[in-house]
Amino acid sequence: MKSWTSFLAATAIVTALSLPAFAARTDLVIGIPLEPPHLDPTAGAAAAIDEVLYANVFEGLTRIGPSGEVLPALAESWEISDDGAVYTFRLRSGVTFHDGSAFDAEDVKFSLDRARAEDSVNAQKILFEAIDSVEAVDPATVKITLRHPQGAFLYNMGWGDAVIVAPESAGTNKEKPIGTGPFRFENWAKGASIRLAKADSYWGEPAYLDKVEFRIVPDAAAAVPALLSGDVQAFPFFQPDGVAQIEGDPRFRIEVGATEGETLLSMNNRKAPFDKLQVRQAISYALDRQAIIDGASAGLGTPIGSHQSPASKAYVDLTGAYPHDVARAKELLKEAGLENGFKTTIKLPPPSYARLGGEIIASQLREVGIDAEIIPVEWAQWLDQVFTRKDYDLTIVSHTEPNDIDIYARKDYYFNYDNPEFDRVIAELNLISDEAKRNELLRQAQKILADDAVVGFLYELPKVGVWDARLEGFWKDAPIQANDVTKVRWTD
Amino acid sequence: MTAYLAKRLAIAAITLALASMVVFAVLEIVPGDPARVMLGMNASEAQVGQLRQQMGLDGGPLQRYLHWTGNLLSLDFGRSYTYSVPVIDLIAERLAVSLPLALIALSLSTAIAIPVGLYAASRRGKAGDAISMGAAQLGVAVPNFWFALLLVYLFAVWLRWLPAGGFPGWSAGIWPALKALILPALALALPQAAILARVTRSALVEVLSEDYIRTARAKGMPWRKVLWGHALRNALIPVVTIMGLQFAFLLAGTIIIENVFYLPGLGRLIFQAITQRDLIVVESVVMLLVATVIAVNLIVDLSYALIDPRLRSRP
Amino acid sequence: MRGAAHEEEPRMRVFAFANRSLLAGCLITGLVALMALVSFLWTPYDVTKLVVADRTQAPSLIHWFGTDHFGRDIASMIMVGARNSIAVALVAVGIGMGIGVPLGLFAAARGGLLDEALMRLNDLVFAFPALLSAIMITAIFGPGAINAIIAIGIFNVPVFARVARAGALSVWPREFILAARAAGKGPALITVEHILPNIASQLLVQGTIQFALGILAEAGLSYLGLGAQPPMPSWGRMLFDAQTRMTVAPWMALFPGMAIVITVLGLNLLGDGIADLLDPKARRRR
Repeated sequence: MKSWTSFLAATAIVTALSLPAFAARTDLVIGIPLEPPHLDPTAGAAAAIDEVLYANVFEGLTRIGPSGEVLPALAESWEISDDGAVYTFRLRSGVTFHDGSAFDAEDVKFSLDRARAEDSVNAQKILFEAIDSVEAVDPATVKITLRHPQGAFLYNMGWGDAVIVAPESAGTNKEKPIGTGPFRFENWAKGASIRLAKADSYWGEPAYLDKVEFRIVPDAAAAVPALLSGDVQAFPFFQPDGVAQIEGDPRFRIEVGATEGETLLSMNNRKAPFDKLQVRQAISYALDRQAIIDGASAGLGTPIGSHQSPASKAYVDLTGAYPHDVARAKELLKEAGLENGFKTTIKLPPPSYARLGGEIIASQLREVGIDAEIIPVEWAQWLDQVFTRKDYDLTIVSHTEPNDIDIYARKDYYFNYDNPEFDRVIAELNLISDEAKRNELLRQAQKILADDAVVGFLYELPKVGVWDARLEGFWKDAPIQANDVTKVRWTD
Repeated sequence: MTAYLAKRLAIAAITLALASMVVFAVLEIVPGDPARVMLGMNASEAQVGQLRQQMGLDGGPLQRYLHWTGNLLSLDFGRSYTYSVPVIDLIAERLAVSLPLALIALSLSTAIAIPVGLYAASRRGKAGDAISMGAAQLGVAVPNFWFALLLVYLFAVWLRWLPAGGFPGWSAGIWPALKALILPALALALPQAAILARVTRSALVEVLSEDYIRTARAKGMPWRKVLWGHALRNALIPVVTIMGLQFAFLLAGTIIIENVFYLPGLGRLIFQAITQRDLIVVESVVMLLVATVIAVNLIVDLSYALIDPRLRSRP
Repeated sequence: MRGAAHEEEPRMRVFAFANRSLLAGCLITGLVALMALVSFLWTPYDVTKLVVADRTQAPSLIHWFGTDHFGRDIASMIMVGARNSIAVALVAVGIGMGIGVPLGLFAAARGGLLDEALMRLNDLVFAFPALLSAIMITAIFGPGAINAIIAIGIFNVPVFARVARAGALSVWPREFILAARAAGKGPALITVEHILPNIASQLLVQGTIQFALGILAEAGLSYLGLGAQPPMPSWGRMLFDAQTRMTVAPWMALFPGMAIVITVLGLNLLGDGIADLLDPKARRRR
């Protein structure tokens, strides 16, 4: 009898304790594919840094929103002088860093001066290149004078590389990041996870979640069981390869959005036989984009015919320029004097779009008589061999930077492409700010690239987000590489 | 005995020194520039050069080798290029996963293998022996990562009893941390248990055919007592040797299982460090593992010598 | 570790097939080898041709073991994969024997400082955790079948050197060797004429064990993407590809896994069988 009463008492206590469980959950584990090398967004190019810290821990004067729009952040409002050269930012009041120190105009001056200094290790110094001077007018006002007007200046100030840090903690942010965002950094178990907790002192609308853990799950193979078992509740950047197992499971929501990633079969334009237009065209004809998208990207992704996001206003549909046509490809190879085909190599970096896509492309090239040996490489080797030394024939990579068609005009870029006509279009583009005229030039540029079959244009990389169906508030698209969880919450 | 001990220690030291040269030489010729990897696609040549200098990558090979080994001897493992923290801290963090994992796997494999071996030996030639040794034969043939996949889908995805992978850290509590290690430990333990069961059985069969066992039996000592008391104790030497080797293997050879369960252990640390060209980490961890293997071998050798003095005269 | 050095003269038995392990081992190994050989001449489908439209089809009469994520026939891939597994493991054993056995024999014949030096070199290789080092080698020098063979082969060298040396040392003091020496034969000739035939059986047993371990090691390396590269199918890689589709296409994981288990099992049975055949004491234990 006695044991019964104590059992009942225990049950009562347990029930009482679990009452708060009826309120929505406030913890979340997010899977990220790559571990950041350190945690200071102002000192490294790795996208993984922003994927954890951007908007969550660190904030800038402005920020980029879910659809790529510029929103106010630490700057409440701003005025732009008539000549477009002077920006006066009105800062929010009552903002503190997570270590308790107050935020004011001096911190802004410090951060921007540090980022554009001679010895700065900022990975995107070009963002600050237009700044002539930064002046703290009073604690709540900052005046930035530009050398010349720059249309994208507010957008630039929203990048992760332009977040505001405090002089006291700037030196130690790599290990122990201290920002002004709705989450504060808690701990980093290297190789495993990074934990954030809600910052009680946050100036704005508080986050819904109390605890967020970013767990490093490198491949789709591990991501699928982690999701299915509930260990990890969200993968905002999921490898499409794993979608097949999640599809149709009502516990999960799959959201396919857009990225700025043109996925390319890059060719070394200076190396024989890729220096011949017919060979590059033959390869373009040999590609069956739909099969590549089906096999390497779970059927997700939009085919492209040139280097421009289909979401862009300047986009022209050139996917019809080289339809899948084996006979035509063979004919072109014959014209190039290679009727017996040739042997070549294709270097594949680690992402699944490259490794899977490469297998399919190698098979498609075999159909027209091209024998492409597959060489998988790590990013380290890819950067060294392909990107830096241009020691490659073919490679697959997704160029995720927004509006980057100008890379084809860069001298010594790894495509080894050189067309003065294209360079002229890009040079003109850089001088013009009228949007209609710019779009016209962009269309011309796309057409030149398609005519020259510079690379094999494959598809626009999709952003596949997978998360527990009870979660909401994640970004659908990826205008920048970030996992903004400030609006994420559980709905039951 | 002292001379024997001195010789063994000297040999271990020479092996260690040779190993350090091999490791250094191999990593000297690794393609890929660590400085370029750290700075990424957008860095200029000047920046890369500056970083190379900071990382101490610009001296001659001999100079760098002496510098590295000198530091190792004073237990200074250097700083990781990618994490910019002392390598020793990284190793300590990873050992907090790898060491318990190896110990759990070893205990599991022992707990399975010894009873199976005993059972098979005591039923020698009968159906029980054939079945258990057949199972052991099968266990040796199963690749542990395949077994791990099956375990994940059974216990994590289908039954949802145990996590599919990841490690919450010991700070999350003993039980959650242990739970994360159960499936990987099981996957590691099965093939090891199969080997150990076979060794236990054959060692026991060997001992059971010795004269003193027959004498004990003839004197009317109960079978159970003979088996547990006399036979097992005497059969332990080969069993413990194999266990020693398995421990060294488990500490280092878990890399594939760590990959399946994405555990932050030593094996993954090396794998990651190789792909990121964090050479200082690779060098230090490999040397640590080599030193462990050498130490385990030394201990096994010395314990042999203690048990059987005749062995001391052998080279 | 298992059934290693038995210091007995080989005794061939006529009733070889009375030995169940040997029979089963021969059968299984023979079948796997046959499958690999047939794949050179014929496979149900071309494994280098991807038919993405036919991806992840369940086993049926058209595709006995189903198709993979690229629409390739899994039965055909297992057949061609056997070729790869066997080739890698066999060449790795060949490297181990080719270098290890002469070293061991030489060390046993000469003794002294040279023996000591060679054995220390052995210790050196043994000090490196084998699988981990093989992974490092292939990760550093680039994945591929050739590097996998070298990486696995290096670690076979000390194994065979030890077996050869231990076996040779046990034969050297025997009377017929003394007789040969008395007849004026030099150490090299004795080694070739008398020592080698007497330890051949032990080497054969060790060979099958290392062969089986080589198959497992190759599977592990290709599972990590470090072994043979596509379009050459390999069992370990097939398991890797299967992993993200375990619930929707379990056949992708089932059949390659079983192929590995059966092959390794067959080789281990073969090794046990040969050891039993040669060592009556071990046979009695069974």
